[in-house]
Amino acid sequence: MPRVKIPLYDIESLSILAPDGTCDKALLPKLSRETLLQAFEWMLLSRRLDEQALRYQRQGRIGTFAPALGQEAAQIGSALCLTKEDWFIPSFREVGVSLVRGFSIKNYFLYLMGFEDSNVDLKGTHNTAIAIPVASQCTYATGIAWGIKLDRKKAAAIVYFGDGATSEGDFHEGLNFCGALKLPCVFFCQNNQWAISTSRKQQTASQTLAQKALAYGVSGIQVDGNDFFSVYRATSEALDRARRGEGATFIEAVTYRLSVHTTADDPTVYRRKEEEEEWKKKDPLLRFRLYLQKEGLWNARQEEVIEEKIKEKIKKGYEEAEHFRSANPDPLAFFDHVYEKMPPYLQWQKELATQKIQGRNVIKGASEKKGGSGGGAAAVGELEEAPEEAKD
Amino acid sequence: MGKIERLTMVEAINLGLREEMKRDSNVIILGEDVGVDGGVFRVTKGLLSEFGATRVIDTPLAESAIVGASIGLALYGKRPVCEIQFSGFMYQAYHQLQSHAARMRSRTWGAQTVPMVLRSPYGGGIRALEHHSESTEMIYTHIPGLVVVIPSGPRKARSLIKSAIRSNDPIIFLEPSFIYRAFREDISVEEEDLYPLGRAQIVREGSQFTLITYGAMLSVVKKAIEKGISQNGWDPEVIDLLTISPMDTETVIESVKKTGRVLIVHEAHRTGGVAAEIFARIQEFAFLSLQAPIERVTGWDTPVPFFSRENVYLPDVHQIECAIEKILKF
Repeated sequence: MPRVKIPLYDIESLSILAPDGTCDKALLPKLSRETLLQAFEWMLLSRRLDEQALRYQRQGRIGTFAPALGQEAAQIGSALCLTKEDWFIPSFREVGVSLVRGFSIKNYFLYLMGFEDSNVDLKGTHNTAIAIPVASQCTYATGIAWGIKLDRKKAAAIVYFGDGATSEGDFHEGLNFCGALKLPCVFFCQNNQWAISTSRKQQTASQTLAQKALAYGVSGIQVDGNDFFSVYRATSEALDRARRGEGATFIEAVTYRLSVHTTADDPTVYRRKEEEEEWKKKDPLLRFRLYLQKEGLWNARQEEVIEEKIKEKIKKGYEEAEHFRSANPDPLAFFDHVYEKMPPYLQWQKELATQKIQGRNVIKGASEKKGGSGGGAAAVGELEEAPEEAKD
Repeated sequence: MGKIERLTMVEAINLGLREEMKRDSNVIILGEDVGVDGGVFRVTKGLLSEFGATRVIDTPLAESAIVGASIGLALYGKRPVCEIQFSGFMYQAYHQLQSHAARMRSRTWGAQTVPMVLRSPYGGGIRALEHHSESTEMIYTHIPGLVVVIPSGPRKARSLIKSAIRSNDPIIFLEPSFIYRAFREDISVEEEDLYPLGRAQIVREGSQFTLITYGAMLSVVKKAIEKGISQNGWDPEVIDLLTISPMDTETVIESVKKTGRVLIVHEAHRTGGVAAEIFARIQEFAFLSLQAPIERVTGWDTPVPFFSRENVYLPDVHQIECAIEKILKF
């Protein structure tokens, strides 16, 4: 018996709009002027929201969070392909997609102020809550896609995760299910090059992440994740295939985390400034703005107006969240949602908790140095210095 | 005594790891961000530059494989110390712990063993995002074959991590992140301090009632009894469990026989918590010594709420004071 090659498809890489604003017109998705301007506005809102949230975090107004700075094209480019019928399953760095999917800025800040109340508006939507354990959402995304298939809906599920997630079992198990059961699911990987301090090269010996699709018999493509058009094109094609019953796609959007992993992280420990500078040149906003300008769709005056509008939106959202926090939210509300019906023994514990907090304001801010349980680190990581002397 | 350094718990564990790596070239460290980054809490800071990339390994992001690979390294003859970045991410590795690490000794009658240490930060009070504040020690305590260790301060942390690395059993070493940098303790850095696993410590001797706790809650308990001792003449005996499993039953029972009154404090959920197990053992071995019903102050049977409401969940000084008054007044 001879040795023969097994014919497997090659992995495509897609890039439409270059960093200098030039583009491959043949591949350009057909989008209206309004959609393009709206897309830029979403990207700008996502960027400014992250920047402002970073300031609020440093001021101690909100807790730890994971900015999506630099990943706006990957997020807005894919989010704009979704319909209300499609399902959005996020990880913890999808502020851009979340905004497009209707998450309010108020709720975004409320989440970062440590309130479950921020998730209540998910009711009735096709969006799921933030998933923090890496890749864990890949398996329930599979189940949602399965439901769509069982009900023969013209819809798809899209699940977001990062390069690090492709090392986790849940990613592989979920993608294999999608292949085996031919489920309408898009696995959208934002390869932002770094899983905290672990580089993409340390993460896997695979040449691309997209090629992992081959192993599970689903479509796979690598796209320039900082190019809005590449992301838009690949995602809409993948969603269309899913909605037609042609199965799942794995998209690797090659991008870069321009900022910290989370606000508790310090990237200067593990990556070079030069590398960051190189990627700044490939900033998705710069290139999209250049394109719009070249097409005569955008000018400085428009940008000024939009920037002002965005600033107001963010300020208003934050104030609404702040108002919620200061309006005495029920400190015991978390007892009420553990089960559909509260067990008697938990009801008794809730009464103990009522006695415990009597007359005290127990709602905790993001950065008070002293909590109700006596001192300690206020933040994860080494941002918090130890007191010199022990109280011990 | 020799040289004394005042260290935080982060620095103390780092010292213990460094000492053991120097002593035994089979000791290796693996996990997410433990190398260049030195761990997200900086517990492994500097170890990569000191011992090199063959002994301090940044792994891909895969908790099950980190623990599974540690089991394999241990079976092979290495002494792996793996880190799971937060105990909330240990569930992926549960399978490896339950099915292999814990059972290897018993299913081979000791022919093959798994001398590994799994380190992980745990517990509330740091205003973190979801999955970063739980106290899940009982999940592992319920598995025969695993040793569960929780230090309550820098000195014991350095000593116990060393004992853990030298043990031939698989150790779950849970580090209360709330007190990682909350206070410093004097540590005699040249002295070989190896506190034995499986032994509790009587932190304060007393005769009136017994307080049993561990981890970050020891600091809260100490604070809660200050006023009672100085103003009301309280005379508590305070026991720091240190090893949660296998638990030092003898120290607990001896104390209960002496005092007859018991309060247990932990931040883990109430149902099936450490306190429940201690209730049972007291009932088994010291029932007739009890002068009052045993009390417990614990986290509630709810998920740890997001951080704005975390204070409602975590046991506090006021609750402990009330519980003490209750056992004394009975």
